[in-house]
Amino acid sequence: MPPIIDCAAVTKRYANGHLALDAVDLAIDKGEIFALLGPNGAGKTTLIGVVCGTVSMTSGAVRVAGFDIQRDFRAARFAIGLVPQEIALDIFATVWGTVSFSRRLFGRPPDPAYLERLLRDLSLWEKRNSRIVELSGGMKRRVMIAKALSHQPEVLFLDEPTAGVDVNLRRDMWALVRRLRDDGVTVILTTHYIEEAEEMADRVGVIDKGRVLLVEDKKALMRKLGKRRLTLVLTRPLPALPDSLAGWPIALEDGGRRLAYSFDASARDTGAPTLLRRLAEAGVDFADLETTASSLEDIFVDLVGRAA
Amino acid sequence: MRGLNPGGVWAIYRYELSRTVRTIWQSVATPVITTALYFVVFGGAIGSRIHEVGGVSYGAFIVPGLIMLSLLTQSLSNASIGIYFPKFTGTIFEILSAPLSPVEAVAAYVGAAATKSIVIGLIILATATLFVEVRIDHPFWMVAFLILTSVAFSLLGFVIGVWAKTFEQLAVIPSLVVTPLTFLGGAFYSIDMLPPFWRTVSLFNPVVYLVSGFRWSFLSQGDVSVATSLGFTIAFIVVSLAILTWIFRTGWRLKP
Repeated sequence: MPPIIDCAAVTKRYANGHLALDAVDLAIDKGEIFALLGPNGAGKTTLIGVVCGTVSMTSGAVRVAGFDIQRDFRAARFAIGLVPQEIALDIFATVWGTVSFSRRLFGRPPDPAYLERLLRDLSLWEKRNSRIVELSGGMKRRVMIAKALSHQPEVLFLDEPTAGVDVNLRRDMWALVRRLRDDGVTVILTTHYIEEAEEMADRVGVIDKGRVLLVEDKKALMRKLGKRRLTLVLTRPLPALPDSLAGWPIALEDGGRRLAYSFDASARDTGAPTLLRRLAEAGVDFADLETTASSLEDIFVDLVGRAA
Repeated sequence: MRGLNPGGVWAIYRYELSRTVRTIWQSVATPVITTALYFVVFGGAIGSRIHEVGGVSYGAFIVPGLIMLSLLTQSLSNASIGIYFPKFTGTIFEILSAPLSPVEAVAAYVGAAATKSIVIGLIILATATLFVEVRIDHPFWMVAFLILTSVAFSLLGFVIGVWAKTFEQLAVIPSLVVTPLTFLGGAFYSIDMLPPFWRTVSLFNPVVYLVSGFRWSFLSQGDVSVATSLGFTIAFIVVSLAILTWIFRTGWRLKP
């Protein structure tokens, strides 16, 4: 199946000379939740702007649902719903008014039943006749999402959806994203909250300084790049490591009461069985053990740090 | 979706007009009161000394100029605010990312701004009939000039709205350029009444041609020929469209 979004060598140089996107190639599959991760100023928002038509690109090509965003801009944009980072609403409009305006703007015939379901899903139904100016910040953000979904897009872009959002709204938003995926909608979200990507995404792309550093299935990424850590809680404090473990990546913590061993989870020989055998030979007993996988955050910091 | 998006154009057009309906009293009362004041000041106070210009009472003479004055300022401000405001609040992202061509977007915004101006022009005309006997010799051309002028200045207003980065810039062209040009453009006098030097200077004022043609449609008399006026109005529209084409081709001040 061809990708729903296909960026080829997308380059954006702003008028001030800043190279925001440097020949970005990126293919996003239909129906997936894709998280674009990167620090501030990495080019995430610019990339979304190019695909959605709010930023003109310097060179390159983008296809959305098979349509070129320049030649077939109508069909391409019709497939897209965009929730930008900043809340931008006509404060005098009503919730219902602005959401149905968005639907009409995309040339869709009225469908009050769909809009009602949408507003109910976003807990906005009770507020449908309120003016935007009367709503809280969180409610306004829900309105932004309702507007983006009002024309039933195939692809939804969420630019920093949970920045400055309370826990309730964040939970609702995640539930909504999952529901959308169940309906076959492709969701692309940018974030610098790693937990968000880790929790939500099927695939993760890391972007920094206008270049895509990596695109990977989230689980594979964590397996491939993840370090694991084995911690042993010792029965007796150990003043120093036995000679048989000299040179191993082992740290004694908590006054010798804990022994921590870092290893590469993807290696064929993790070294863990050898470690345990040698500890037994040296007469070191332990009461408990735990292993932890490193988070996406560790991976991310590692990647961005290495690219810099 | 591959064809045109008339639904989208209609949505913007309706939305823009609904902004006016929200402030209906302000939108209607302002031109009515302003017109009444002009008639009291120009028609009553000054007109009682001037009596007749070119065979018609001064009150009737200034009706086309009065309508033109409002038409120009209203078209400019309606169209410039119509596009400036979404830029200012950020809601323009939705217009830029919608399946609308630039021509459709301009048609919607300019159409709405021109519609408002035309309605206001007609309200002023109706108000004027309360004060003076209004004669319209060429109704077809009167309506044609009303529409063409509104469209021309709404297009210019759209360009100003795209260009403006602040509210001050938004106000500067209407108040510092268009209003003076209108007052000096024969809205309240015939340029024949000027000394020869100033008459020649006036011919460089574009508003003279607009007012003249419009006045001709009422009174069959103008400062320049009606064909010149018509040609000028159409040239104005063509130039504005050319600027807009360039704006949308380059994304100037709309898209980074």
